[in-house]
Amino acid sequence: MPTWQGRSSAFRSEVRACASRLRAGFEASGAVPVECPILLPAATLLDLYGEDIRGRAYVTSDALRGEQMMRPDFTVPVVQMHMDGGAEPARYTYSGEVFRRQEEDEVRANEYLQVGVEIFDGADPAAADAEVFVLVREATAGVPLRAATGDIGILMAAVDGLDTSEARKAALKRHIWRPRRFKSLLDRFSGRSAVAPTRAALLAAADPFAEVGAEIGLRSRGEVEARIEALRADAATPAISDREVALIEAILSVRETLPYALTRLRDIAVDLPSISAAVTRVAARSEALAARGVDIATLDFEAAFGRSHMEYYDGFVFGFYAEARPDLPPVASGGRYDTLTRMLGRGAGRPDGIPAVGGVVRPGLLVELEGAA
Amino acid sequence: MTVKLGVPSKGRLMDKTFEWFGERGITLGRSGSEREYAGRVDGIDGVELVMLSAAEIPRDLAAGRIHLGVTGTDLIREKLANWDMRVEPLAELGFGHADLIIAVPGCWVDVDTLDDLDAAAAAFRQAHGFRLRIATKYHRLVRDFLRDHGVADYQLVDSQGATEGTVKNETAEAIADITSTGETLRANHLKIMADGLILKSQATLYRSRAAELSDSDRSVLAELVQRLGVD
Repeated sequence: MPTWQGRSSAFRSEVRACASRLRAGFEASGAVPVECPILLPAATLLDLYGEDIRGRAYVTSDALRGEQMMRPDFTVPVVQMHMDGGAEPARYTYSGEVFRRQEEDEVRANEYLQVGVEIFDGADPAAADAEVFVLVREATAGVPLRAATGDIGILMAAVDGLDTSEARKAALKRHIWRPRRFKSLLDRFSGRSAVAPTRAALLAAADPFAEVGAEIGLRSRGEVEARIEALRADAATPAISDREVALIEAILSVRETLPYALTRLRDIAVDLPSISAAVTRVAARSEALAARGVDIATLDFEAAFGRSHMEYYDGFVFGFYAEARPDLPPVASGGRYDTLTRMLGRGAGRPDGIPAVGGVVRPGLLVELEGAA
Repeated sequence: MTVKLGVPSKGRLMDKTFEWFGERGITLGRSGSEREYAGRVDGIDGVELVMLSAAEIPRDLAAGRIHLGVTGTDLIREKLANWDMRVEPLAELGFGHADLIIAVPGCWVDVDTLDDLDAAAAAFRQAHGFRLRIATKYHRLVRDFLRDHGVADYQLVDSQGATEGTVKNETAEAIADITSTGETLRANHLKIMADGLILKSQATLYRSRAAELSDSDRSVLAELVQRLGVD
């Protein structure tokens, strides 16, 4: 008998039923059900996520429409659909397959159901964050899960507040989601790592182009010169102080229950006032969560949570994990993605984007965990 | 049943493979005409020679259609996910040396390291409205390498041949390709990045972890491995 991802058709039906239940739950909260295509134009996703998405999504093509991607998640099509004429505020829910290319781990599913909820509402972001978190928590209440939360906005605000050049801040912010590159940049900007000898030679050269042969390619001499100018300016920029590096490291090491994390962040904000507004947002969210009945005294908050695997989130982030099954990916996850809506909005005449927060649940994992309980 | 040995079906790689086995008392050769892709094995019984394109040998090893195969490290790593769970390298054969590297135009005097490439890619995207293009046929290896090193704002464009020419033709800004001496790169005004070595490759004898073996196959394989001195 054919199986679905190595599972029986009975299991498959159970997962389908669970997905319907979850979607009905989101609908009951006022979300409008929407359908999205499975094949998405590859160009949009490539533009947003870069080449890495090819390692995570299946790409196919035809001679008419060119490259298409099998939807790796619903966020992009839902945002696009909304921008195409949806009124605000809006709440959407959806249920369907997503496809993830797997190249390392054969056990990981390359096709599974996702049920999600997205809120486009700028009136009270803290309340919207709390609403999505609670909706997802209720949807997964049948199994014991540990919730982890964080806020990428803290680190972004910290970088904005560094006493250094705009170019360095932009470089650091570009790599917020790549912790290794972020650290190596910070090491370089703070003088902790040595300047490469070739870099020093380039900057010292009277004529950097003295030994250049043929000039080929689309990247022009002017662009190379502009970068050398930028490197010169950077070399003349004073190092980021040890004190500020220590503050960034202090932020990245915040890992407490929410009330204690807030205390830590407020302490850090005394020395790094640029994060004050972001910390205030965490506090407002904390109150909104408490108002919805979340026991914030036991809710974990990690300032670095979601940094390496939740690229498009730029504020609140959360995940729900089965602690007894560390081999499983998160059962549910989500967060705020205002920047992504601005990027998608550029092409749709909405360059300001829409404040947006959402979360997804994997009914397949829920059924698997319920079966084991 | 026989133990199936897959070797490259043409060119220098085939000649050198035949030579390597010949030096160890196993004579490999084509049967029949020059054009026929069937082989013969002298010096040991129970081994069948299968002539294949070097690029197909990884897949056939992974599927267990051949027990042993000679191909480049680069092809194994590019084509097989979790390659070390699918094949076991028995011996590096000492030829077919090639490095998979990233090269940029020599006139990019500001780009020497991956750090530079990342910064140049960011500026390029700003200036041109699309991501800096790197031409390659080694998509997986290059993407994994660049992701591990935190390089962003690039895109890979497929190039199955004459990759060094893509920059001059302005279909790519940089390339990732195999090179042995670097001469073709220099002739095309390209330079290798200081930390742009992705993989050092050479012709290697692999054993499939998936191919089924009868008891007699097992003893033939043991004898072959011992005769080749690679156990």
